[in-house]
Amino acid sequence: MIKIVHYINQFFGQKGGEEAADLPIELVEGPVGPGTALAAALQGKAEIVKTIICGDSYFNENEEVACMGIREILDEVQPDLIVAGPAFNAGRYGMACGKVGEVAHSMGIAAISGMYVENPGYELYRNFSFMVETSNSAAGMRKAMPAMAQLVSSWIEKEGKLGTPEEEGYMPRGLRVNFFAEERGAKRAVNMLINKLEGKEFKTEYPMPVFDRVEPQPPVIDLSKATIALVTSGGVVPKGNPDHIESSSASKYGEYSIEGLDFLTEASHETAHGGYDPVACNQAPDRVLPVDVLREMEKKGKIGKLHNLFYTTVGNGTSVSNSKAFGAEIAMHLKNAGVSAAILTST
Amino acid sequence: MPVVHIATVVPISQTVGANRIVPAIAIPHPLGDPKMDPAEEKVARREMVEKALTALTTDIEDQTVF
Repeated sequence: MIKIVHYINQFFGQKGGEEAADLPIELVEGPVGPGTALAAALQGKAEIVKTIICGDSYFNENEEVACMGIREILDEVQPDLIVAGPAFNAGRYGMACGKVGEVAHSMGIAAISGMYVENPGYELYRNFSFMVETSNSAAGMRKAMPAMAQLVSSWIEKEGKLGTPEEEGYMPRGLRVNFFAEERGAKRAVNMLINKLEGKEFKTEYPMPVFDRVEPQPPVIDLSKATIALVTSGGVVPKGNPDHIESSSASKYGEYSIEGLDFLTEASHETAHGGYDPVACNQAPDRVLPVDVLREMEKKGKIGKLHNLFYTTVGNGTSVSNSKAFGAEIAMHLKNAGVSAAILTST
Repeated sequence: MPVVHIATVVPISQTVGANRIVPAIAIPHPLGDPKMDPAEEKVARREMVEKALTALTTDIEDQTVF
């Protein structure tokens, strides 16, 4: 019989609502709350030997201590599997369930959880657990619990070797798994295209990330008084790439002065960008970062000022999360410097 | 603070959510072309930057390609 430890919060542990959110970790024998339904569904296959109950605020505010406690419990009980939640769209609870999964993972124990797809606990900890998608509120418990029980059953039957998210009914974990496909990539791509052209169903093998949106900002009213900044993902850097910005998958961006420069030259600048032929940019970096024409426009009074610093990184293979962080920091620098608008160039 | 994105592959720019977009010349040299005569090339670059400035001074409600 498979031994399960179940992690739940103060509310589902019947300790109370928000007033009990500071409750430290408690270890209880057998199933509690949603665990009883899970135990019933798994009768004969698995047993919930212990339930860990912890207040959501306590867990998140004392994460290190809480994780140490979880680790000690798992070490002592030696379960085959830990089940956490379901957390629905409760942010702190989802974070706790995700973190519990990470602790279990680090100890070689599998974790199954359930939460709403937009719960931050999913995005942050999805690598470590198998998470069933639930509705956004506890009203979805009647669907969530059977789905989790089903996943636990499959996990037991398949001795921990679960199939794809689609086959098994958990949300994608952001992990790549190698396997041999029956048909080569080119054939699969053409088949997909034909299906698309024929209006038939087709399924991408690499879904694009979902990007967030920002509201269009109000326009510049008077260019002749505006400070315009240059930003690029084309990798233009001072000659020699002083900060060693990587040619792909950049982990940083650079901030460099163009004060007093009328244009960029082969001697002063180059591109750090891999993945495209750098010759044209290296010969005349203004082709990527148009300092020359903006400087002329500044002199003619068409724009108030060209900002004396430019920001640059390499867009080649750079992750969305890095790019987002660079963007936020660069925007903050520009804002603090009183810049009116930015021109972002991309290769 | 408005931002204009000068990029060659406009669908990427749209996908990542740029609001003001100016299509560029080519991926390795968005604001120039080594095949052009240098004076001609600079005119082309100036026109593109002017278009970018127009984008920055234009009130928009949605993603717009200039």
